[in-house]
Amino acid sequence: MTTRIFGSGIRRREDPRLITGQAAYTDDIKLTGMVHAAILRSPHAHARITGIDTAAAQSAPGVLAVYTGADTAAVLNPIPCAWAIPDSDLKAVAYPAIALDVVRYVGDAVAVVVAENRYQAEDALELIEVGYQPLPAIINPEDALGDGAPQLHEDAPGNQAFHWVAAGGDTDAAFAEAAVTVSETIRQQKLIPTPMETRSAIASYSSAMGELTIWNTTQNPHIARFVTCLVTGIGEHKIRVIAPEVGGGFGAKIAVYPWEMIAAFCSMQLGVPVKWTETRTENYIATTHGRDHVEYVEMAANADGKVTAVRSVVYAGMGAYLSTAAPGIPTILHGLMYSGPYDIAHIKADVYGVFTNSTPVEAYRGAGRPEATFLLERLMDKVADAVGIDTVEVRRRNLIEPFDNNRDVAIGITYDSGNYSAALDQLLGHIGYDGFRHDQGHEREHGTFRGIGVACYCEICGLGPSQVAGAVGFGGGLWESATVRIYATGKVNVFIGTSPHGQGEETTFAQIVADEIGVDVDDVEVIHGDTDITPMGWGTYGSRTTVVGGAAVALTMRKLRDKAKVIAAHLLEADEADIEYADGQFFVRGAPDRAQSIQDVALQANVAWNLPAGIEPGMEASTYYDPPNFSYPFGAHAAIVSVDPDNGHITLDRYVAVDDCGPQINPMIVEGQVHGGVVQGAGQALWEGAVYDDNGQLLTGSMMDYAIPRANLVPDIEVHSTVTPSPHNPLGVKGIGETGTIASTAAIYSAVMDALKPLGVTQLDMPLTPERVWRAIQESGHGNGHRHGHGHGHGNGHDHGHGHNH
Amino acid sequence: MFAAEFEYRKAGSIAEAVQLLTDNPEARLLAGGHSLIPLMRFRLARPELVIDIGGIAGMRGISVSGDTINIGALTTHAEIAGSAEVQQANGLLAEAASGIGDPAVRNRGTIGGNLAHADPSSDWGTVLTALGATVSVQGPTGSRTIDVGSLIEDAFVTALAENELITTVSVPTLAANQRAEYAKMAHPASFYSVVGGAVVVTMDGNRCTAASVAVGGLTPRPVKASLVEAALSGTTLTQDSIADATARLSEDLAAAGVDIIGDLYASANYRAGVAPIEVKHALMHAIGLAHH
Repeated sequence: MTTRIFGSGIRRREDPRLITGQAAYTDDIKLTGMVHAAILRSPHAHARITGIDTAAAQSAPGVLAVYTGADTAAVLNPIPCAWAIPDSDLKAVAYPAIALDVVRYVGDAVAVVVAENRYQAEDALELIEVGYQPLPAIINPEDALGDGAPQLHEDAPGNQAFHWVAAGGDTDAAFAEAAVTVSETIRQQKLIPTPMETRSAIASYSSAMGELTIWNTTQNPHIARFVTCLVTGIGEHKIRVIAPEVGGGFGAKIAVYPWEMIAAFCSMQLGVPVKWTETRTENYIATTHGRDHVEYVEMAANADGKVTAVRSVVYAGMGAYLSTAAPGIPTILHGLMYSGPYDIAHIKADVYGVFTNSTPVEAYRGAGRPEATFLLERLMDKVADAVGIDTVEVRRRNLIEPFDNNRDVAIGITYDSGNYSAALDQLLGHIGYDGFRHDQGHEREHGTFRGIGVACYCEICGLGPSQVAGAVGFGGGLWESATVRIYATGKVNVFIGTSPHGQGEETTFAQIVADEIGVDVDDVEVIHGDTDITPMGWGTYGSRTTVVGGAAVALTMRKLRDKAKVIAAHLLEADEADIEYADGQFFVRGAPDRAQSIQDVALQANVAWNLPAGIEPGMEASTYYDPPNFSYPFGAHAAIVSVDPDNGHITLDRYVAVDDCGPQINPMIVEGQVHGGVVQGAGQALWEGAVYDDNGQLLTGSMMDYAIPRANLVPDIEVHSTVTPSPHNPLGVKGIGETGTIASTAAIYSAVMDALKPLGVTQLDMPLTPERVWRAIQESGHGNGHRHGHGHGHGNGHDHGHGHNH
Repeated sequence: MFAAEFEYRKAGSIAEAVQLLTDNPEARLLAGGHSLIPLMRFRLARPELVIDIGGIAGMRGISVSGDTINIGALTTHAEIAGSAEVQQANGLLAEAASGIGDPAVRNRGTIGGNLAHADPSSDWGTVLTALGATVSVQGPTGSRTIDVGSLIEDAFVTALAENELITTVSVPTLAANQRAEYAKMAHPASFYSVVGGAVVVTMDGNRCTAASVAVGGLTPRPVKASLVEAALSGTTLTQDSIADATARLSEDLAAAGVDIIGDLYASANYRAGVAPIEVKHALMHAIGLAHH
């Protein structure tokens, strides 16, 4: 009995090329005659352009052309937003590739230089003279809605991009009747996704063929092709988008940006391939950001801690323009998830999308669901305090009972399957919750401040049924496709419409194939990321690739197995009804010795010398899979932190995750996804945040200032799981790419607040920098020298883990 | 992130480097490049000439002679951190080196380049000031020796003449009865020092007979904390006596007449508030009072 390949933690086949430097990213590609573009970006967050003089740049060494907004606007249509949330008064404001008369954020394109090399292009940028009449800027999304705020777009009065309300039950009545109500103001700070590979594109236009090819660092090449067609006017059949190796996306490579459209424009003008690769500085201002909410949230509960209602008013910053999928994030992916894993009868989400003079906001790992989880968990902690019960107990009293097939929640969506208390129970055992609480009381008496935070979550992913996508204004479908071809030699190619970029589906999809049809996993190669080669698909985001695309692969294999069975019956001169299949072998029931292997059948199918009547040659099939519902992964995470009250420094001591993504195809990859997700969520809690000054200048504009998590700042992440299959897809899988980020910000924040509880600190904005913590302690009157028990020293002592080495 | 055009010359000897500097006063020296190259890529530095001293023989390596550790200016942080001789002769040097930046920085960045750049958030200035280290510098008329405490005059300003370069850093070994530690609050993005405190204490049992204390990160140049030192000297070190001594740090900072640095990550108030804590942490650890 061999180990089943589905469920084996085999090594990722992607990794050898990545770790040996053989992977070819967009910027590694060099085409004959290729020239280089550099984009001049606005240094002002808001200004009227009074004039642009490009003459000196035009005549600089190596410069082939300089274009401004007037040039691009004559050819390119505005960049469209592809998620028009219905019934929200959404303002699809003009989003030109290069600004025409007004720049609306630091980073807005003003001109582009094309030169023989990038250095020449950069030098020429310095020679362009732009006249700006600065205008007042607005960064805070709540303030931007206020009277007298600077106005970004004539077509969006009051800077309101949309206003969306979703509700279930009667929230007002529930709050009026509640024994306990709690509220919180939450600032979901703006985050910079920071993929290791910055964005890049090479556009190559053939005037003879009328064809445009774009190598593009995208998570969704087919969507990129579709939008490129809309912007350039070139037919979709004449556009090829290739996503080569893509070095991380985290949502920031969903959007179709002006920048690759500018590269396309330049190539169309000049007739040579044009490469544009952003610098890290550019990445921080010109590639989309995440989060940026100001939230006023409330929860109502009975005296025993049973939650009856949750409601919010959310001001979600959209940045200066509506990026491709931006409006769907604070609405569909956030407001519809206010039940989380809890049974809450009355829910209302009231969300304003707001234009601000900052980099456009898009999906960032978790995209809406970390924000929803955070507010629920924050309010749960406050309810626990208000009714005087333990923070875990309040969660336990509110979790939805186990269910294995469909559970409606008040806001109007239907969860697939869940066993939330099982995940929580397992978590508490692993972290030793009761023991920690016991020790904690003793430690506090001795001046040591450790805290524990537990976050339960349920999230929506596996996007999603296309009919629902259409109903919620998504400008496309959300199905996936696979074409599988088994060659005469028995080797297999899998062509998929999705576009993994680090998630490991080249490995896991091969495992699905091997499991379904009994070939060796090394005989399977998965091909993705080229619209000329792969069938249509909607891309990799929202933890959907394995759920939707994996289902398409599995169903395709079942089609091929059915065809192979017919051929095998013919070769075995037996009735198809008597043929059995096991481990890649077809045989007459009871006679496994005389078997035809899948390889035997594939050979016969491909040469077609002896096929049964009515069977077409070849061993190839395709599936277009449209899921009947979303999937709803869930779990419970816990963090333990230490806070040094003397300097405010937080040490993340332990982190335990219990996630349920259904059956795991490759547990090692699942673990890796949880690791990465948890660390990114920790980044939001402790270190990350885009900070702007009042003029709209990004102050955290480099990796010297914007602190992404480092390996030495996080502990070993302990990963566990429960397995509750989704009833909605043939593999039962739910998705794992975002769960870590969704849970960890809330768990870590809760742990810090728990640690600070005896010091009288009740509210802190993220990131929880040492100074913020220290100030809060000082202001609560518990600073150095005013603390009971301090004379005994604190457990983390000198080695407080922030750069000291022992 | 694309540097403006510049001329590049590779110096074959110290004398050639000094001559090139003399002929081109605006030129910049390139050692490990971890300070200069980012500045050039941001186009914040636009030198017309970059003189690469990285290949000069004899400017790299570690040797211990008597009670002095001589470190070539081109020696990388990683080489110092990994040197068994350094670990044996002065554990603080190796420990401080291993806490600089990240492995990529430590593998390329050099001790001499770091000191010459005089970034206030550097670790070496603080640590070497506390250790009483000196640098040998070479100019057109010969060499001279400067205390590290005097070398760094202000943020990014040193006592080096335009045509002088650091050739060697000399650090005293630690005696058997000396304990030395460095504690820093590091910026989570750069691991630069936000506040750093370095201490060297000479012990007679539990009694401190002499102390050398320097702080940096929060000040434009490392500051020697002589009042803290005086309060420690002759004192039996306990948690309370250490807390009393480090409380004098604010007076030392005031006496030094330096501005306290504040930025987006950490305000001047905060840095001043936690500086005594870092020194206290270093002292507690030095004498084994810290818990683990």
